[in-house]
Amino acid sequence: MALIDLANPTRFLALTGRILPWLAIATVAVFAIGLYLVWFVAPDDYQQGATVKIMFIHVPNAWLAMGVWAVMSIASIGTLVWRHPLADVAAKSAAPLGAAFTFLALLTGSLWGRPMWGTYWVWDARLTSVLVLFLMYLGVIALWRTVDDPTRAARAAAILTLVGAINLPIIKFSVDWWNTLHQPASLLRMGGPAIHPSILTPLLVMALAFLLLFLTLHLAAMRNEILRRRVRTMWLMQAHAAS
Amino acid sequence: MTLGPHAAFIIAAYAAALAVVIGLISWVIADHAEQRRLLADFEARGVTRRSDKEAA
Repeated sequence: MALIDLANPTRFLALTGRILPWLAIATVAVFAIGLYLVWFVAPDDYQQGATVKIMFIHVPNAWLAMGVWAVMSIASIGTLVWRHPLADVAAKSAAPLGAAFTFLALLTGSLWGRPMWGTYWVWDARLTSVLVLFLMYLGVIALWRTVDDPTRAARAAAILTLVGAINLPIIKFSVDWWNTLHQPASLLRMGGPAIHPSILTPLLVMALAFLLLFLTLHLAAMRNEILRRRVRTMWLMQAHAAS
Repeated sequence: MTLGPHAAFIIAAYAAALAVVIGLISWVIADHAEQRRLLADFEARGVTRRSDKEAA
């Protein structure tokens, strides 16, 4: 099957219907391994103690917060350039998931910050730019809900998404460009990771688990959105027949 | 395994993550059931899409 065949919603439904159960099983399995490593294998940090366990959910959610927006941005290009409805579906379905991951990144970061920094929140560049990302997710979700016609909503949301993508490098490099309370990058940085393998391995396994969770939920949400559009088509046909 | 003096913050973070993940899974499952129910309603009333008629 060529990749372009997946762009057909009916084929997409058939293929994802077969893939989803396996993806869900893989997600549960990787989460089980990751949580075992976090709670029974990974040592406490020599400075932070057991509080470092918050990192294993904070960092994957922070990565996904940005990664999901990047997925939405690529899908938005598909909407604006090729006007493909499946690109709209991908972008729309990803937005609530991205908002949830961003919310978790903010919340767990705040719960980590209180014992480590002595405060839940500071208006520094990293925290503020992630809060802006969360508000942009809510804005995109609101835009989808405000415009009734999915095609028009998709184009407006795609433009907003691509404009919002400017925030991604700001988030990533905020800890380098400005003096912030947030620590600088310790994994994705020049010179390689600055984390010991005993903590890095569980972190990467948890990141994979959250990535699989996103893929599973995204495909499932995309299927729901395709069905929702079929319901809308039928509703319009019925209304047209009645008039 | 001891969580030290900041155990409440660690437990709260994991509890919040669990709640959000369960919420997302519930939302996806409930939405799927709702869309399937609406489609079944239309089909029961004889409303089908043009492509469904062609496939039949």
